[in-house]
Amino acid sequence: MYLPHTEKDKEEMLKAIGVSSFEDLVKQIPSKFLNPEYNLPEGLDEVQAARHIQKLSEKNRKTLNFLGAGAYERYTPAAINALISRGEFLTAYTPYQAESSQGTLQTIYEYQSCMCALYGMDCSNASMYDGATSLAEAARAAVRITGKKKIIYSAAINPQYLKVMKTYFAQSEEYEFIACPLEDGKVTLASLDKVLDERAACFILQTPNFFGLIEDGEAIGKAVKEKGIIFIVSADPASLGMLKTPGEMGADFATGEGQSLGLPLSYGGPYLGIFTCAKPLVRQMPGRIVGMTTDKDGKRGFVLTLQAREQHIRRDKASSNICSNEALCALSATIYATLLGPSGLRELAEANAGAAAAAAEKLTEIPGIKKTFSGNFFNEFVITLPCDADMLREKILEKENIDIGLPLKTLFPEMGNALLVCATETKTEEDIDRLAKAVKENL
Amino acid sequence: MIDNRLSIEKSVPGRRGITFKNSLRAKAAIPAALCRKEAPLLPEMSEFDAVRHFTKLSSLNFSVDTHFYPLGSCTMKYNPRFNEEVSALKGFTAVHPLAKDSAAQGTLEMLYDLSSRLTELTGMDGITLQPAAGAHGEFTGLITAKAYFRAHGETERVEVIVPDSAHGTNPATASMAGFSTVNIASEPDGRLSLTKLKEKLGPKTAVVMLTVPNTLGIFESRIEEIAKAVHEAGALLYMDGANFNALIGLVKPGEIGVDLMHLNMHKTFSTPHGGGGPGAGAIAAKKHLLPHLPMPLVKKDNGKYFCDYGDSRSSGQVKSFFGNTGVLVKAYAYLLTHSAKETGDIARMAILNANYVLAKLKDLYPCYSKEYCMHECVLTPGHDMIEKGLKTLDIAKGLLDKGFHAPTVYFPLIVHEALMIEPTETESKETLDEFIKAMREIHDEGIADPDSLKAAPLRQAVKRLDEVQAARKPNIRWQA
Repeated sequence: MYLPHTEKDKEEMLKAIGVSSFEDLVKQIPSKFLNPEYNLPEGLDEVQAARHIQKLSEKNRKTLNFLGAGAYERYTPAAINALISRGEFLTAYTPYQAESSQGTLQTIYEYQSCMCALYGMDCSNASMYDGATSLAEAARAAVRITGKKKIIYSAAINPQYLKVMKTYFAQSEEYEFIACPLEDGKVTLASLDKVLDERAACFILQTPNFFGLIEDGEAIGKAVKEKGIIFIVSADPASLGMLKTPGEMGADFATGEGQSLGLPLSYGGPYLGIFTCAKPLVRQMPGRIVGMTTDKDGKRGFVLTLQAREQHIRRDKASSNICSNEALCALSATIYATLLGPSGLRELAEANAGAAAAAAEKLTEIPGIKKTFSGNFFNEFVITLPCDADMLREKILEKENIDIGLPLKTLFPEMGNALLVCATETKTEEDIDRLAKAVKENL
Repeated sequence: MIDNRLSIEKSVPGRRGITFKNSLRAKAAIPAALCRKEAPLLPEMSEFDAVRHFTKLSSLNFSVDTHFYPLGSCTMKYNPRFNEEVSALKGFTAVHPLAKDSAAQGTLEMLYDLSSRLTELTGMDGITLQPAAGAHGEFTGLITAKAYFRAHGETERVEVIVPDSAHGTNPATASMAGFSTVNIASEPDGRLSLTKLKEKLGPKTAVVMLTVPNTLGIFESRIEEIAKAVHEAGALLYMDGANFNALIGLVKPGEIGVDLMHLNMHKTFSTPHGGGGPGAGAIAAKKHLLPHLPMPLVKKDNGKYFCDYGDSRSSGQVKSFFGNTGVLVKAYAYLLTHSAKETGDIARMAILNANYVLAKLKDLYPCYSKEYCMHECVLTPGHDMIEKGLKTLDIAKGLLDKGFHAPTVYFPLIVHEALMIEPTETESKETLDEFIKAMREIHDEGIADPDSLKAAPLRQAVKRLDEVQAARKPNIRWQA
């Protein structure tokens, strides 16, 4: 048990307080509300609880997994768990008392530095909840800065991100959401031209996009900036050891899902919202920011800074209500970036692009299967099947214990039998052969 | 001498921690035109360099494991290692959020069981586990209320009433959810004024947000009348559950008239704060609000668990995928090991500990309230300290040098020079006695030699830091 009080302790403490029983302390609570009936099971001891949870975890199916669509199977280097399990990191709070939190503060500074380096941006905050909420907060910032209420987005952003963004605008009809149509799965200058207009607060691009395709962010960015519109890019950090950065595309805000930096899938969280921006926008960022400064003796130290943006100071005028963020996930990502370094991140991107290229090659060798789009892709791609994608997925899951990917019909009815397939650095040639064999035999 | 070099300053070109030798790398064929021009400015370190770097940094932190951490409103209780171990089981961590329900039955059953237990503890009718943190939960609560009023054609309800003792997240959330905030000044005893509330309630009121117990550590004794007034005005009562550690197993918010409330897994339910997160901030709701919660919700049919994606009455989705499941496993593990009575003991011992600290310190540090407190108390420096020019900040810094984390300072805003102390239930009497001794010494030493206390801390990695310089010339990343 986690309570240290002995009967003797309780007696002494009640006596010191000057009451005879605990009930005397809670007289401010109307008695009819005190001690209600609870219909709860008996408490288990640790041995029993361990057995119960172990059994539950085994009810989840261990599959060979080719699902991506915003969450990616990653290898977590062993050193990361060893470090983030240290109680000094794990059980600390937000670093409000800077002098006794220099460990957390310096790691956040290093996190911000790593994210700026990866994204090619000037500023990063200390983290948001996930990629979707980061993007939603960037869109909110754009609306706040411009006073405009129209948001244009690429039709190939993650549909969950769009849903979250609309929720972040409280589903209010005041705001106009316009999708930029696609050509061959991507945004083109021609498709962009149909929707761009000066009344928009921002344009949102995702690259690699939801279909895995790498967008021509530089040309798109140029067109967007020419209209004086805020350019927001959502990018997968695992791609940025190799691919063009949002900074090179001219992004004003760049966001991403940091789960890609070695975090486990864990059925959706905790993940890591990466949020970066260009220098002039630093005071528009939501969330915490750590800065380097000096102490009384001129020695280097770190503090939470630019707090005048935040809820505990500005209350209803704050840039966001965010308080708790994903600090430990940010630490994990920082250690990941440190262990990999620039060469490791390049190799990671190559391993992803290579695995996906190999999977696409093998799958499209199967008669009746073709690639849906022609563009360059990173670690996932869409194929069109000659049969119902949901049924094939179900069949192969049951027979072979392989999850072949995400059927797109529910999200994009016009795409019919399309399947989004992902392969990351965790996949080998043998895994891909197993996938191709299973698909071929079960078509 | 403390080594405060950044990782990038320890970087040596050519050093590596992790490499990827996967043969498929050779298959990568991305045209150079799509690639970045320069490699990112990241450290190059061996694995051991990195392990030593981060281990040394960790040693510069105070944490619950190493120090008493009475940070008011944050519930810095012990974080059981059992929770950590089971949440790291591969069976849980390897599940993709888009896995078919049939492949995720273990996780779904866990979430379903956790939902049932939390629903029972709160006395509500249902719960969403999607929000990633407390403030995210508040936002979820308010957009749920918004969807409810929209469905009932009451779109003229645009105001959220918040007492001036509330956490900053309450008014910030109201703005984010598209409401305007109406503030109410607290009564001299720290409670909400029923008269003032009734003056502000009206056809424009959507929600009244109330922290119970409030940020002064006091229970709203008139909660029944408050709830009645709120409901008569056609509005909803939202309870900020940041302080639920005072009520768990003792009072069901559903019975006191609350329509919607959030719970912080990283406070009441013992999941670690991780230096600022991740948390999880479930929203429990009464029946009339359930269709308006964000989706998906976990449901059970015929012994099988599944995600229900709701319909157009839902307020949407506040996060990609389900929620912070990895955190929720920890909260589940915590609840599994507690019976109903044992959950009540959490609140009882939290209240006992706070009152013990209050009783032993109030002669030197006057308490804002004259009553017994719930799970936390708000003290202030006495006149003798103020006359010497000593401030709450000095007391906080003095505590660091005595090996204690500081309480929450300067909050709630309605108390001048506030020191908000929440010991939590997992601290022993001996630890509290040491803390009480340190607080009394700080008082005596401060009176005898105020300048020394104003210079504190002297025994930390750094002395007081120049925050003005940090904000004027922001240096928030390394550069080449």
